[in-house]
Amino acid sequence: MELKTKVIAENNKQELTIEREFDLPASLVYLAHTEPELIEQWMGNKVLQFEKRNHGSYQFETKSQEGMVLFRANGVLLNLIENQSFVRTFEMENTGFPIQLEFFTFESISETKSKLKMHIIYKSVEQRDQILKMPFAKGINMAHDRLEEVVSKSMP
Amino acid sequence: MDLRRDVFQAIADPTRRAILLLVATQSMTAGAIASQFDSKRPTISKHLLILTECELLKREPIGREMHYHLNPNKMKEIADFIAPFQKLWDDRFNKLETVMKQYKRKS
Repeated sequence: MELKTKVIAENNKQELTIEREFDLPASLVYLAHTEPELIEQWMGNKVLQFEKRNHGSYQFETKSQEGMVLFRANGVLLNLIENQSFVRTFEMENTGFPIQLEFFTFESISETKSKLKMHIIYKSVEQRDQILKMPFAKGINMAHDRLEEVVSKSMP
Repeated sequence: MDLRRDVFQAIADPTRRAILLLVATQSMTAGAIASQFDSKRPTISKHLLILTECELLKREPIGREMHYHLNPNKMKEIADFIAPFQKLWDDRFNKLETVMKQYKRKS
């Protein structure tokens, strides 16, 4: 199956570009990133805090069924432009990974289509490569299982 | 210092990337490869050695000459490196699309 998401990681660079086209207007994709309730629904994290304003802070968390914290991240939102773009810092807590800077751009293609660009800057080339090498599959699958539950429950 | 010999080290250098492009379509001798560059022959030999050690290039004797050709399987390792990350985001964004399509219907 072809993946719709493009991840561009040029060698020897401390940045990463993620691009994805949606069959949704830009405003809805923006909303999915800036409304706590919606973030929880597709990211599979709890949103402990989310201040949708410039210099506002946020914190995400994922716990296992036994209540163990599997993932917690936080940061600050900057330069919010409604339906267009924002910048945020992103820090994974208790991992020792340095904070990364993320530029989100929501580009309108048509009334019903849009393109999301995430431009992520890491502290160093090594940091980026280390993050790319992390074994994502396990933790993420757990989060997705939970998400599937949530989504199927909310369906009529 | 122990040098790291993996595909990423191999493609970190622009000359080595150029060599890979050069032999992508046909196998070539070290001399023929070196003639395409301004660098000194030993410099190119060093690059060829690294590429061979990383298994991106394979050496093959043809008659009395040693030819270098590309090992596409090893190139795939580079693409595979970011594949899980891409899959992760793809899955997430698929969810986003599903969630927001439902949301649209509700409002």
